[in-house]
Amino acid sequence: MFTLLSLTALINVLALVAFLLFIAINGIQAISWSFITEMPRASMTQGGILPTIVGTVYLAIGAVLFAFPIGVCTAIYLNEFAKDGFWVRLIRQGVVNLAGVPSVVYGLFGLAFFVIILGMGVSLIAGALTLAAFILPLVIASAEESLRAVPQNVREASLALGATKWQTIFKIVLPTAFASMLTGLILGLSRAAGETAPIMFTAAVFSTAQLPSSIFDEVMAMPYHIYVLATAGTNIEETRPLQYGTALLLLMIVVILNLSAILLRNRLQKRFKRYN
Amino acid sequence: MSAVEHRVATAKTIRARGLITNRTIDLIVHIIFLLIGASGIILLALIALFLMMEGLPIFEKISFWDFITGTEWYPTYVPPDYGILPMIAGTASVVALSALFAIPLGIGTALYLAEIAPSQVRSVVKPVIELIEGLPTVVIGFFGMVVVAPWMQNTLGISTGLNVLNAAIMLAFMSVPTIASIAEDAIYSVPKSMREGALALGATRWETIYSVVFPASLTGISTAVVLGLARAIGETMVVLMVAGGAAIIPESIFDPVRPMPANIAAEMGNAPFRGEHYHALFAIGLILFFITFMFNAVATYFANKYRQFE
Repeated sequence: MFTLLSLTALINVLALVAFLLFIAINGIQAISWSFITEMPRASMTQGGILPTIVGTVYLAIGAVLFAFPIGVCTAIYLNEFAKDGFWVRLIRQGVVNLAGVPSVVYGLFGLAFFVIILGMGVSLIAGALTLAAFILPLVIASAEESLRAVPQNVREASLALGATKWQTIFKIVLPTAFASMLTGLILGLSRAAGETAPIMFTAAVFSTAQLPSSIFDEVMAMPYHIYVLATAGTNIEETRPLQYGTALLLLMIVVILNLSAILLRNRLQKRFKRYN
Repeated sequence: MSAVEHRVATAKTIRARGLITNRTIDLIVHIIFLLIGASGIILLALIALFLMMEGLPIFEKISFWDFITGTEWYPTYVPPDYGILPMIAGTASVVALSALFAIPLGIGTALYLAEIAPSQVRSVVKPVIELIEGLPTVVIGFFGMVVVAPWMQNTLGISTGLNVLNAAIMLAFMSVPTIASIAEDAIYSVPKSMREGALALGATRWETIYSVVFPASLTGISTAVVLGLARAIGETMVVLMVAGGAAIIPESIFDPVRPMPANIAAEMGNAPFRGEHYHALFAIGLILFFITFMFNAVATYFANKYRQFE
């Protein structure tokens, strides 16, 4: 029975290894310096994927720029100010439900709200805002976790020394929790970089003539590029190396971001253990 | 009087007059944070509002009942057909089959990590599972398309490798981590005293897991399963790329299907703005939103029960 249970865990590890190996072996041949620094040529069948990398970086950073401050403030409210009651339970439930909303529904929302009602059009800013909405629950959850990890006696000590509540929060609690909040920021970046459905109708197009120069420009993005190259068009087989290359590069970005978040968190957890 | 002393004095007078007391500052900060803190719930309300605004108009053309039970989806024909039963069946079949793989694997992994694994193994497997959870789903879909599909087509001798089974396997791959990590938390939090009690009464380690730890963490495990299923229902890229895309009600696990999220993603780009087709796609989004909302409500219900147990 124990063997059976270890087997289930082993299947996960093997699946991940097989998955990564397959993409890596096929993708590594496509990746070169020119692949990441050149514009596409011959209607996307040759050349590099620079505009998709630039687009994805802009989108992910833009999303975090909106989501991180709002998420941290929400977490501060929930963890530091609010007393347990109807209002707090409503907000918490709202965040939980937000986390469960399908990514394609965020795409629809972004289309109806940012693209159409706010008149942003299909643009970098509309995509960044949609992605920000998408990663908000994740950022809130991880910021809350960071705040909860700050020992209660640190807060009490500050209050006992005569600090007011907001002095305690801004000068004691936030600086203590900030490093671990960065894990939430990194996870948010990685989630925003890898997601496709929210940007499909709000920001991403298959091809742009130039790199984006304004926040109201349409952008190319790596996940969308993989999807379109692999499913649409007449050159699906011909562009296979490009697809593998883009997929590997996207995977590398996401895995490196996630790994650094995990490592950072593990180190900080050890530090907090000493505190208590 | 130096500048600093002057400022201190001014601050003292302002406070003495009761204009800006520390209490007022705390109150102002509290209100600001309350407003920002409400952004989550406001966002949720906005999403629901816009889905309804753009989705409900379709029900002026076709009744809700006909919409969800119609078997023909030809939005561009004249006259068009808007029946989404094939998509509902597509989502149901893919998710149900993936649950068959993902639930035992997820719970098994969680039990292994919480009860059996030596701490070194645990410190490797846990990050691996978190990594899988963070993989871009478009790459999982791509893997299903270019690796699993041709293999399946050749070894099983079927007409297409893009089908219910393939999509279910890929969905299971991405929802096992969700189930495993939440279930592991639940199992891990079962009090040590309960385990020790069972062992002291002469139960073996397996009997302890099976008849004490597992039942005690069952509500937490249920939360995990429901959230994992919800994630699979809403997942778009995997089913868009791997499920085959045919709007038919499947008769076998080797049939291609077109789950609801895939249908929205595939057609939204071509639907004329605020036309019937556009409204119909938003209506599918609205239904999807409510289904995942219900799943979340169930998960919350289990989670609260589990907290009471603690």
